Amino acid sequence: MSLALAADAGLALLILGLAVWTTIARTAFGAVIGFMAYGFLVALVWVRLAAVDVALTEAALGSGLTGVLLLGAAARLPRDAAAARPGWGLRLAAGVVSAAVAAGLAAVVLLLPVPGPTLAPVATATLPTLGLGNPVTGVLIAYRAIDTLLESVVLVLALIGLWSLARDEDWGGRPDALRAANPGAALVLLAQVLPPLGLLVGVHLFWTGAIAPGGAFQGGTVLAAMWVLTLVAGLTRPPRVGGRGVRLLLVAGPALFLAIGVAGFWLGGAFLAYPAADAKPLILAIEAALTLSIAVALGLLLAGPPGARE
Amino acid sequence: MSEFLLVAALCVLGTVALGLVAILRGPTPADRLSAAQLLGTGGVAALLLLGVATDTAGVTDLALVLALLAAFAAVAFVTQRTPADVVAEPASPPAQEPE
Amino acid sequence: MTLALNVFTIVAVVLGLVFFLAGTVGLLRFPDTLTRLHALTKADNLGLGLVVLGLLPQVAWPFGGLKLIALWLLALLAGATVGPLLGHAVWTHARGREPPP
Repeated sequence: MSLALAADAGLALLILGLAVWTTIARTAFGAVIGFMAYGFLVALVWVRLAAVDVALTEAALGSGLTGVLLLGAAARLPRDAAAARPGWGLRLAAGVVSAAVAAGLAAVVLLLPVPGPTLAPVATATLPTLGLGNPVTGVLIAYRAIDTLLESVVLVLALIGLWSLARDEDWGGRPDALRAANPGAALVLLAQVLPPLGLLVGVHLFWTGAIAPGGAFQGGTVLAAMWVLTLVAGLTRPPRVGGRGVRLLLVAGPALFLAIGVAGFWLGGAFLAYPAADAKPLILAIEAALTLSIAVALGLLLAGPPGARE
Repeated sequence: MSEFLLVAALCVLGTVALGLVAILRGPTPADRLSAAQLLGTGGVAALLLLGVATDTAGVTDLALVLALLAAFAAVAFVTQRTPADVVAEPASPPAQEPE
Repeated sequence: MTLALNVFTIVAVVLGLVFFLAGTVGLLRFPDTLTRLHALTKADNLGLGLVVLGLLPQVAWPFGGLKLIALWLLALLAGATVGPLLGHAVWTHARGREPPP
């Protein structure tokens, strides 16, 4: 037991140290690498807390895709942007606010009664009627379905925001910024070999999400990463953002979710209520459509606004 | 057996945590990326050991996802920069220069 | 039989640990970026390979074992890509020309 405690303490110290270093790093690139390592360690912490679903999301989205997004942002920053760092006063103020938030959260956690209030027994008790074995998927798709629905819509909104950064003459074109000028044999090979395996893992994560850690977001992120890899290597070209097909794919997930939610008024008696007999097939259909839409949205978010490579 | 695997997981983590020093130290972005890569592989090994030792569902899948995305950051970085950027640490930002 | 398999696991995992340690030490102590890259891409993939090899007798067959092997192959592929990518950039910068094929 003390061994586990020592491991947890060591992990926490590592994360704190890395967080401090990431904040004070002198170069944007160093800070991004620090951030990715940080996300990776946080994923390990989620495993230690027995929240493998969250760990999967953190590893794929928090550390993986966000890291790549930040790397792209750091690459596009003009060189003299580094000189425009905020002054010490502003940084100190931001630090104080962050510390206050952290202290507030710590106080809330420490003040919780023992045992903490929980809805977990109630939540798991009704899982069998949904045909699900993974309580996290149950909460996301059944009990807190409205949150998940809005999350999937937020991705589309974010993409619209990104696309609106395009110049007028580029509107409706292809986001070509990701394609490597000179990919090289190793990268092309990777982009040929990895995606079939990644496709398998992505679909596996979506499918297993019903009974074990996994789900639409994790599966969609892996699929998006594989797609982006082929874009970088120049094996595929991104779709025109004005195309009808890509837009249909983007809204398919949220639209199906919404349609089944509205149908819940007749079938289950309330918005987003599932009929008891067909809960599982409906949930699987929603998750499948969401996986596709999330993959396309994340891939296009990484690809950037339409316009040729500068 | 699981005792041994847990200790082994800790050892791998401790080793790659040492590698964190290289992320912090650099000096070039290529070195930082190499260190991050090592952290990734070591983390995958630690997760596998942990997953088998504690028989937790999904830990192997997590390791699989990490292995799948391992090359991602390096690919994104190298293809978006010139070789000079990969090797040379950008000059440290100058102190606030008067306009 | 179980004892033999357990001994096999322990030996392979400990060997893997040695390679992880060697990779880290190489990363910290080798003199330039290319040699550090070498230490990393060789050692950590061998380290992971030995850990996977050691774990094979401890997981359910066929799917648990195949998953581990697939995972190691993925890691090899990632290492085999990142090494040349970074190495190419380092070389090109240092010599001012493309490396020989």
